[in-house]
Amino acid sequence: MKRRDFLKIGSMASLAYTMNGLPIHAYGKGLDKKTRSSLNGNILVLIRLNGGNDGLNTLIPLDKYSELSNARANILIPQGNVLGLTGTLTTGLHPSMTAMRDLYNNGKLNIIQAVSYPDPNFSHFRSTDIMNSASDSSQYLETGWIGRFIDNRFPNAPQDYPNADFVDPLSIEIGSNVSSMLSGQNGLNGLAISNINSFYNIVNGTVDPAPNTPAGHELTYIRFIIQQTKAYTQVIEAAAQIGTNAVLYPNYRLADQLKIVARLISGGMQTPVYIVNIGGFDTHDNQVDTANVTLGQHANLLKELSDSIGVFQQDLEAQSLDQKVSGCTITEFGRRIKSNASIGTDHGTAAPMFVFGSNVNPTVIGSSPNIPSAATTNDNLPMQHDFRQVYATILSDWFDLPPSDTQSVMDGKSHAWLPIFKWATPNQEYTPRSTALSLEQNFPNPFKSHTTIRFTSEGGMAQIVLYDDMGRMLKTIYENTVPAGTFEVSLDRETLKPGNYFYSLRVESSTTLTRKLTVIF
Amino acid sequence: MCPKTRRGFLDSLFTSREKKYDILQDPLVKKYANQKSPLGFKHHRASLSAYTGTWGDKQKIHLLRRTMFGVSPATLNALSSMTMSQAVDVIINAAPANPTPPLNYYENVYADPTLVPLGSTWVNAGFGDTTVNFYRLLSIKGWWIQNILNQSLSIEEKMIFFWHNYFVTESKVVSQALIQYPYLDLLRQHALGNFKQLVKEITKNPMMLLYLNGHYNIKNSPDENYARELQELFTLGKGTNLWTEDDVKAAAKVLTGFRVNSTSTGYVFSPAQHDSGNKVFSAFYNNHVVVGQPGANGENELDDLLNMIFNQDTTVAKHFCRRLYRFFIYYDIDTIIENDIISGLAQTLINNNWDVKPVLSQLFKSDHFYDTNTMDCLIRTPLDYYTGMMKTFVVDMPGSLGLEEEYKAYLKIASLCEQNGLEIGSPPSVSGWPAYYQSPQYHEMWINSDTIPKRMKNSDDILSTNGVYVTSNFKLKCDVIQFVQTLSDPSNPDTLIDDCLKYLFALTISQSKKDEFKSFLLSGQAQNYYWTNAWNDYITFPSNTTYEGIVRSRLQNMLVEMCRMAEYHLS
Repeated sequence: MKRRDFLKIGSMASLAYTMNGLPIHAYGKGLDKKTRSSLNGNILVLIRLNGGNDGLNTLIPLDKYSELSNARANILIPQGNVLGLTGTLTTGLHPSMTAMRDLYNNGKLNIIQAVSYPDPNFSHFRSTDIMNSASDSSQYLETGWIGRFIDNRFPNAPQDYPNADFVDPLSIEIGSNVSSMLSGQNGLNGLAISNINSFYNIVNGTVDPAPNTPAGHELTYIRFIIQQTKAYTQVIEAAAQIGTNAVLYPNYRLADQLKIVARLISGGMQTPVYIVNIGGFDTHDNQVDTANVTLGQHANLLKELSDSIGVFQQDLEAQSLDQKVSGCTITEFGRRIKSNASIGTDHGTAAPMFVFGSNVNPTVIGSSPNIPSAATTNDNLPMQHDFRQVYATILSDWFDLPPSDTQSVMDGKSHAWLPIFKWATPNQEYTPRSTALSLEQNFPNPFKSHTTIRFTSEGGMAQIVLYDDMGRMLKTIYENTVPAGTFEVSLDRETLKPGNYFYSLRVESSTTLTRKLTVIF
Repeated sequence: MCPKTRRGFLDSLFTSREKKYDILQDPLVKKYANQKSPLGFKHHRASLSAYTGTWGDKQKIHLLRRTMFGVSPATLNALSSMTMSQAVDVIINAAPANPTPPLNYYENVYADPTLVPLGSTWVNAGFGDTTVNFYRLLSIKGWWIQNILNQSLSIEEKMIFFWHNYFVTESKVVSQALIQYPYLDLLRQHALGNFKQLVKEITKNPMMLLYLNGHYNIKNSPDENYARELQELFTLGKGTNLWTEDDVKAAAKVLTGFRVNSTSTGYVFSPAQHDSGNKVFSAFYNNHVVVGQPGANGENELDDLLNMIFNQDTTVAKHFCRRLYRFFIYYDIDTIIENDIISGLAQTLINNNWDVKPVLSQLFKSDHFYDTNTMDCLIRTPLDYYTGMMKTFVVDMPGSLGLEEEYKAYLKIASLCEQNGLEIGSPPSVSGWPAYYQSPQYHEMWINSDTIPKRMKNSDDILSTNGVYVTSNFKLKCDVIQFVQTLSDPSNPDTLIDDCLKYLFALTISQSKKDEFKSFLLSGQAQNYYWTNAWNDYITFPSNTTYEGIVRSRLQNMLVEMCRMAEYHLS
């Protein structure tokens, strides 16, 4: 069903959706994910940490502390200052990230360990291109992944927009430049705005034909932007007038940007993607204050990041907008394990990503990165997750794209899905897809100590994840690439409390099958 | 008035829009809007052979716009008796005198603690304190704009900006005026000099040593930052089958020991911090070994390193010439341009042992430079847009109001550029401004929904009576009557419009569009003499405020409309 059709039948949204015979209550407002995202339009806020964030001083692997001490004694955060996270002893946050620590402990922050891509590039702008376009390391794509997502959701973008069905900008970057992430097949699928209080009405008269020359090409581009700006200016002005901020924002550039985003969302804009930026993460030197390593450049940046995200989330919650907004940090690479003598770190590879919002799965995905006991300048963090897994998961689980569309936005590639969002439990009732793909009821069920789950796969990646009845991921039961056939997986009760749980089989095509299981005394 | 509800507002939007011209429905727009990268234009004259065609105002203005900032009747007139070849020679070889260094304009706001008096330069003074350093950084920005506005018939200022975007440093990162000035002076002294020599000089320049961490690159903890950019950005470029990560590490070792001299604004070579071991490079460099030199001789390894890099002469020269082409001509380098233009320019650079003048001369005298497909297609940078507007519209700077007001006016222009994404002295990253490298948009990035309204608002204001506020005594504004008096015949509306379009626009404008402009002058009347009479009345009775008001308001309205046109952003 298309989004616009859904709008027309919006009043029917109270129809009862069930999962395995149970009404869905866990996912907010009594609606299932698909209905809510179609009605409200889920929104993604991308926060770009420009320069390459030092992940090892952001998300500190406490279980690798002695290895870290060998590698980066001059910048390492003292163990006692690391902010602990509820439910994990192996990892903690930089001491200036109290707001994000609180988000995690309150179930609103998801952390993905060691994100990178195969054959990582150490150049700022090449790696940025790769992250923006979601290409392979050796591949050059002219379009960005958000640009392709917009192309998918809004056919003939940007030329056919705005129109009566969709009046809002297709995506917005706060600032004066539009990132190449927003490049679509037909041009830039986004607008740059830096100030919602000082728009200027643009008037244009009749138009001479543009010659078929480079000059004509550029002329047409400028005309197009003038017209686009004019059309969207009024919409944005109206949203900014109606919208509000419900809390006070701290005096940071990033907070200023997020404040604009919150106000536009509050004003009713349906724009699905916003990009904001924070720069300065290229900390080759003086990353920390030598007198107190918990302070300094990097600490200031992380405080700005954490405080700004924290207050943005508060604002959304105060206005009951939090259910439809999620934010995600992106950085072009992490930094070297071993610090340099300039009290800084050189370009590296993997770094953690943070996804926040009221609908994220509050866990750390992955484990502490492997660090050699005596790291040299040549050592880098091994990748645990491809950044494109995060993108693909956002597309399928947050923007609700069908698997084939997600794959096409991801340039024809499929990526193993990650349990980033709470509703990772699919909410449709279990129906067998084919004899070649099925998930059977566990046996015995209910069970006290031990049960077996049997599934049949067409071959490829297969993942079985266990959720509680609130939709929160508990653990990955099984993850493997399998040939076509039927497989059995054992599940030990371990520390599971009595109650209902769900287990989901997810296969390479992103098809997901879910069943309920029950643990008894 | 904005309707109270969003829905109501949206409805009103679509009701009213139907009555207006909708560019989105224009078949021409549908055909030409940025649907794909513009590869595939037919290059009628993609040749470096000398241009022998028409040498008229169109070609002269094209040369002036590309090699300088802005064009005015005065600059066009300066070329009147020159052939094309002579004009290019003058512009490239002019060798203008060095400008007076930046001055203490801030004395009345903050007394210089090193006792530099108002109106004197601070560049040879002591550091003072952080506050005076702040004002000195501002004075550099203002001074830079001043140099651009006062440029003589020379490409020098454009080349300084080219080099600044090539060998990037950021005053936001290295915020020391006493360090930044010598960097800019270096770019000026070598603006039309030798590329290889400038690479060597910039390697040792304190601003660059601090910006890309050369200063911190010492024997026991090499910092690879500069060693990487030296190869990736400054000489060879990036790509497969080029330098390796190990070459970055080896080059970093060669470069250890170059440090900022703490007691002057120069560099110092510190043998104790230099890694004097042998540095082995990859097969790309034919496994070249830079033999380690002990003691003060370690400094000489830099020559060995640069000779090794520049021995990859075709790769280096082509990389440089592509940057030059994208800066001066257009961003679209297809195989024809690569083979017929870039290769030829690169060979010229190599043949002339890395001197840039012969390359510039060949380019600006070439058939290709005056090809229809090469003209009018550069989108004006914010710097070109605003300084060009000042020059074309003869906007007076407040010299008579004193140094402080004058610098504030220059700083206002710098600030307008900043609000449009170009902060002079502080490109966004070591790669320079994305407009010069970000594929496939390139310089289209200057124009977007944030900058277009600002450009239009500012041009409106500059042409208005109020102007753009600088101080209570001074506004940036164009005296439109004074402007049209620089033109050939302001009493004839057709000539007047043709002249305005010649200096403001790049592309040719249709008669129907010209008629639209004329309707501003004629207030809807059909006959030209209505304007001619009004103009002659004003000339005859210049102190009659009514006569003056009649022509001024009509000129303002027409010029505002012209500057709102998309054509005005092209060069």
